[in-house]
Amino acid sequence: MSGEQVSLSPRRGGLARRMRKYSLQIGIVGVAFFIWVLFLIGSPRTFLRRDIYAAFMSSTPYFALMAIPLTLVIIAGEIDLSFPSIMAFGMTAFDVVFLTTHSVWLGFLACLAAGVLAGWLNGIIVVKIGVPSLVATIGTQFFWRGVVMVVTNGQGLGLTPVRETFLYPLLVGRIGGFFPAQFLWTIAFALVVWFFLNRHRFGAHVYLTGDNLESARLMGVNVHRTKILTFAAVGFAAAFAGFVVSEDVLFFWPTLGEGYMLNTLASVYLGGTSVFGGTGTVFGTFVASFIIGAINAGIVAAGLTGFWTNVIYGLIVVTSVSLQTVVSRRMR
Amino acid sequence: MEPFLQLKNVSKTFGEVAALRGINFEVGANEIVGLLGDNGAGKSTMVKILTGYHQPDPGGELYLKGRRIEHLSVAQARGLGIEVVYQERALADQQSLWRNIFMGRELADRWGRLDLKGMRRETGKLMQTLMGFTSAAVSPDSVVKTFSGGERQGVAITRALYFKAELIILDEPTMGLSLSETRKCLDFVAGIRAAGKSAIFIDHNIFHVYPVADRIVVLDRGAVAGQFLKNELTLQELIDRLYLVAQTGSLNGGGGK
Ligand SMILES: Nc1ncnc2c1ncn2[C@@H]1O[C@H](COP(=O)(O)OP(=O)(O)O)[C@@H](O)[C@H]1O
Ligand SMILES: [Mg+2]
Repeated sequence: MSGEQVSLSPRRGGLARRMRKYSLQIGIVGVAFFIWVLFLIGSPRTFLRRDIYAAFMSSTPYFALMAIPLTLVIIAGEIDLSFPSIMAFGMTAFDVVFLTTHSVWLGFLACLAAGVLAGWLNGIIVVKIGVPSLVATIGTQFFWRGVVMVVTNGQGLGLTPVRETFLYPLLVGRIGGFFPAQFLWTIAFALVVWFFLNRHRFGAHVYLTGDNLESARLMGVNVHRTKILTFAAVGFAAAFAGFVVSEDVLFFWPTLGEGYMLNTLASVYLGGTSVFGGTGTVFGTFVASFIIGAINAGIVAAGLTGFWTNVIYGLIVVTSVSLQTVVSRRMR
Repeated sequence: MEPFLQLKNVSKTFGEVAALRGINFEVGANEIVGLLGDNGAGKSTMVKILTGYHQPDPGGELYLKGRRIEHLSVAQARGLGIEVVYQERALADQQSLWRNIFMGRELADRWGRLDLKGMRRETGKLMQTLMGFTSAAVSPDSVVKTFSGGERQGVAITRALYFKAELIILDEPTMGLSLSETRKCLDFVAGIRAAGKSAIFIDHNIFHVYPVADRIVVLDRGAVAGQFLKNELTLQELIDRLYLVAQTGSLNGGGGK
């Protein structure tokens, strides 16, 4: 990589500076391309047909929808590990409201509201009580899963009535007979979060909060509110993603969310967001999600068993975070 | 004429540590106050009370232009024209120059949408006029991490000057600066008086403080040990007095009030 060379003369103008500024983005696109070529060579029969692309465009959003706002939390210097349970908690709220009102739409709204509430609570615990987010959100992860199990009594819920409503084509339909609606929703999420991160005062404060909490506070940034909002955004997205996943299979399992932790986190870190806060891009997370999704689809298509998928995932997380650490240390 | 700013009987304790004990302090309009005191005397704590970052212990009072201020917030202090160059510089290293200049008060419309062009343009102007960055390699998008100590200090000072302050507080601004950078910094402070504004200038080095200050206040272990107008004392007398403070904790017969 040219990282070292460039960092020796960080102030060189023109192209070099632009390359450096967008090095994370360029790098992640490079990785995506590399992996794609690898799959193409490894299994041309699978990767020259479009089914595989439809498949991974429909399953990647399950976690990409959450990885995108999770990027905000991590840029702000925090972490959230509770989102898998919030997925199920949102659906539990749907479950309750739907069974009492028989309204799919009310249930959907309740689902989203429950997600925001759970996320907001994470923020409150971290910011007002001062519990480190790692510990706080492991705690709430257990808590919400427990609530889900208690309320549902461990029973799932068939969602065929949802099929009758407009929500179904709206969230998981096939646009033009090919593009899964959730893929377009993921793009929409990415654009909205990108806007808030890069074009809105809120995003400026997210970067400042994660970069140097003390400086941000001294200069009057409301770091508490900023952090709470990022947690609430993840809660909202988790509930939304939980609804999409359940709707796609027309069933809500109380175990919903299990297995999404690593995919989601790996997307953010592989996308170049620093574990230490202060830097990261929505674009990086977006592309990285689809790399993770492609690896998932590709490994299965290449005939590897699910266990191998885990080995590769684990490898990617560790490698990307290591790389990130090495690179950022060198740039200091 | 009433002082621009006044502290009455202000104390601040952090748990067991009494950082400030019953401080009475004022800054007049268009006055440069030099604040001296050992490490840990409470200078930075006082600064942070004046900027709304810390709240004083109950009982202390803060007046601005004669008006009592109950709960000063950072935003409020800035609204009242108090700008500060913090000892710790309060920069965000991994962010661009323009993000640092506009930290906490980004130019935005009423929906919060950033005026990126405006902030970059203003930063570009400031770089030439105030910061003296002449190198073409530094742009408003340059990351502050790559700056030298003097340049970082320049960013912090520029930021304070940009926002039309009435009172500029500089907390050990010459710390870590080269000789020429220190010269420039002291010229800045002198320029504040010329511009009709007030300043609190904190520095360890009395050779820096004495030439630019109108009045000198000495803090010692959280209390005001004494104060005097500069024309009451020669530099040599001041140095002798400071030794006295170090030994006795008071600026005996220090004139002033
Ligand atoms: N946030 C804080 N928490 C606890 N103690 C503090 C804090 N800020 C300052 N202090 C203590 O208050 C005293 C005065 O510190 P400070 O105002 O920074 O002194 P100075 O700026 O004059 O060197 C010191 O003993 C310092 O340790
Ligand atoms: Mg200090």
